[in-house]
Amino acid sequence: MSGIPHDHYEPKTKGEKWLHSRLPILGLLYDTLMIPTPKNLNWMWIWGIVLTFCLALQIVTGIVLVMHYTPHVDLAFASIEHIMRDVNGGYMLRYLHANGASLFFVAVYIHIFRGLFYGSYKAPREVTWIIGMLIYLCMMGTAFMGYVLPWGQMSFWGATVITGLFGAIPFVGDAIQTWLLGGPAVDNATLNRFFSLHYLLPFVIAALVIVHIWAFHTTGNNNPTGVEVRRTSKAEAEKDTLPFWPYFVIKDLFALAVVLVVFWAIVGFMPNYLGHPDNYIEANPLATPAHIVPEWYFLPFYAILRAFTGEVWVVQIASFITGGIIDAKFFGVLAMFGAILAMALAPWLDTSSVRSGKYRPMFKWWFYLLVIDFFALMWLGAMPAEEPYATFSLIAAAYWFAYFFVILPILGVIEKPEPQPETIEEDFNAHYGKADANATPAE
Amino acid sequence: MFKKLAIGAAFALALTPAATLAAGGGEQHVEDFAFSFEGPFGTWDQNQLQRGLQIYTEVCAACHGLKYVPLRDLKALGYSEEEVIAYAAGTFEVFDPELDDFRPAIPTDHFPANDGVGAPDLSLMAKARAGFHGPYGLGINQLVRGIGGAEYIASLLNGYTGKEKEEAGTTLYENTAFPGGWISMAPPLSDEQVEFADGHENTVESMSQDVAAFLMWTAEPKMMDRKKAGFVGVLFLTILSVLLYLVNKRLWAPVKGKKSA
Repeated sequence: MSGIPHDHYEPKTKGEKWLHSRLPILGLLYDTLMIPTPKNLNWMWIWGIVLTFCLALQIVTGIVLVMHYTPHVDLAFASIEHIMRDVNGGYMLRYLHANGASLFFVAVYIHIFRGLFYGSYKAPREVTWIIGMLIYLCMMGTAFMGYVLPWGQMSFWGATVITGLFGAIPFVGDAIQTWLLGGPAVDNATLNRFFSLHYLLPFVIAALVIVHIWAFHTTGNNNPTGVEVRRTSKAEAEKDTLPFWPYFVIKDLFALAVVLVVFWAIVGFMPNYLGHPDNYIEANPLATPAHIVPEWYFLPFYAILRAFTGEVWVVQIASFITGGIIDAKFFGVLAMFGAILAMALAPWLDTSSVRSGKYRPMFKWWFYLLVIDFFALMWLGAMPAEEPYATFSLIAAAYWFAYFFVILPILGVIEKPEPQPETIEEDFNAHYGKADANATPAE
Repeated sequence: MFKKLAIGAAFALALTPAATLAAGGGEQHVEDFAFSFEGPFGTWDQNQLQRGLQIYTEVCAACHGLKYVPLRDLKALGYSEEEVIAYAAGTFEVFDPELDDFRPAIPTDHFPANDGVGAPDLSLMAKARAGFHGPYGLGINQLVRGIGGAEYIASLLNGYTGKEKEEAGTTLYENTAFPGGWISMAPPLSDEQVEFADGHENTVESMSQDVAAFLMWTAEPKMMDRKKAGFVGVLFLTILSVLLYLVNKRLWAPVKGKKSA
C-alpha cells in the first residue's frame, strides 16, 4: 500500500541543500511531523503521545537514579533510602519513576483497548499491532525487573514467584530458572542481571517504538470510523486529513498536560498509593510475606495464571493427554502467556470486514464485556486464591479466551454491520459541520 | 460510549492499588487519628515531632533502631546545629571501625541500628505497615487522611487489652491493632512515663500519637518538600492545560466550522 499523498520536503536554502544531498535528515523529520492524519481522530488517539512521554520520563529519571543506586543485596535497599533522604530531589525522582511505571501501564492498556474497539489491528496494520504487543511484553519485563531493584520484601518474593513460573516448563524448567536467576535462588546474581536488563530493555522499547511509528506512518493512522483516507489524489487526501503538526501535536499536548495534572497530584500527595507497604521492609529470604501480590498492572494476567488449578477439567484432560507433562502449574503459565498471545492474534481471529466497532451492533457489547472482564480479572488477581474467587477467576479467564478464539471469529460471519460513512470527511462534517470556505487553516 | 467507558476505565485503574486489595483478613482495628501532616496541605507539628523524638530516645531506642536516619536530619525538627551535636554525643555511642572502638556519635552518623532483641528497625515503619484502605478498599482516602502507617503505630501502642499468654516460651500480649491479635512486644508506654520540658500531656494516648508522628517523619523526612513540589507542579500543569486548551480550540476553529444540521 502506498502512503497517503502529501507534500514532501524540499530544501530551500543553500545550507539545507548541502545537508540534504549528504544526509536527508531534515526531510525525514519533515515527513514524519507533517504526516497527513485523519482529521476525525477522537480523544482515544492521544495515548500514543502519553506513552512516548512515559518512555522518555522513565529513561530520564532512571538514568539519574542509576547514578545513586547500588545493585548489591546488602546495599540496594539502603541506597534507595540514600536517594530518598540525601540526594537533591531524589524523593521526586524515585516517586516519579515508580508512579511513571503505573502511568505507562494505564496508558498502554487504554491504547490497546482502543485498538481492539476500533479494529486498529486489522489489515493493513497487523505489523503495527504485533510490534505493539512486543513493546507491551518488553514493558512487562522491564517493570517486573525494575520492581525487584529496591530489594524490598515484595521485590524479592515477587521475583521468586515469577521466575518460578519458568521452572514449571517440563524437562528444561529447572535449568532455565537457574539460568535466569544465576544460581539456585534469587540472590545477588539475580539482582545484578535484572539491573543490567532493566537498563537495557527501555532502549529496546525505544527502538521498537520507532518501528511501531514507522509501520503506522506507512499504512496511515486508523480512525474512529475505520474508513481509509482517500489516496487517489493529494487534493482528495487533504479533504480527509490534516497535517500532524500543528493540529495533532497541540491536541495531544493538551491531553498530555491534563493527564499529567492527575499524575503529578498522585506523585506529590499520595506517591505510595499504588505501591505495597511490604516493599519498605528489606528483602528477607527467611520470612515470606502473608500475601505475595504483583503490581496492579500484572493482576489480570496473574489471575489467569492462578485460575487453572488441578481441579479444572480442561487441565485434567490436558494432563491426561500429555501423560502428565502439562501439569496444572505449567497449564497456568501457558494460559497466562496464551492470554497475551490471543491479543496478538486478533488480526487473524477477527473475521469481520468492518474495522470500527462503532458500526458493529453485536461486537460492541462483547467488547464492553471484555473491558469489564479485564477489571474483574484485575480485582480477582489481588484476592487470595480461595473460593469464591477461584471460580470467578476461572469464568473470567474463560471469557478472555472465548472473546478472541470464539466470539471474534463467529461475529464476523453472523453479524450484520451498520452503514459506515463513505469518507472521513463525511464523518467529520457530520460532527462539526463544513469548514467555512473563506477561512484558511492555520499554518 | 467507548470514550466514556475508557475514561471510567482509566479512573478505575488509577484507583485500584494492589496493596489495598491485597490486604484484608484479620479483625485488626486501626484508629484514624487526625495528624497535622495529613492531606495535601498538612504540615508537621514540630513540637509534636520533638516530643516524639524524646519518647523514641527514652523508650523505643532501648530495643529498636533507626539505621536509615542520619542524626544531622534532626535540624528539620527545629533544633540548632549545637543542639544536634549535643544530642548525638550525649545519647548514642557508635562503633568506629577506624578507631576499632566505640565513640560518641556525631551528626554525620546515623541513629544506631539495634537488633539486640530482634525488634524491627523503625526508620520506615510508618510506610511499611498498611493502616486503612477506605473507602470500599480503594485506598484513596490516603489523599486526605495520610498513608495510614502512623495510625497503625499509634493504634498499636494504644491497642493493648492487658491480656497475656505464654506460647513456646514467649509471652505474647493481646493487641487489637496487631495482625493476628497477639504481639511479642510488651506494652512499652505507660501514663506519665516521659516528662516533657513544657509540661505537655503525657498519657499513653497522647504519647503514642507523638511517637507515631515522629516515625512518619523518619520514614518520609521530605514529605513537606514533596507536597510543595506536588502543589507547584499541579498548579503549573493546570495553567499549561488551560493555555493549551485555548490554543487547541483556536487552532481547530477554522477547520471545524459551524455545525449546519
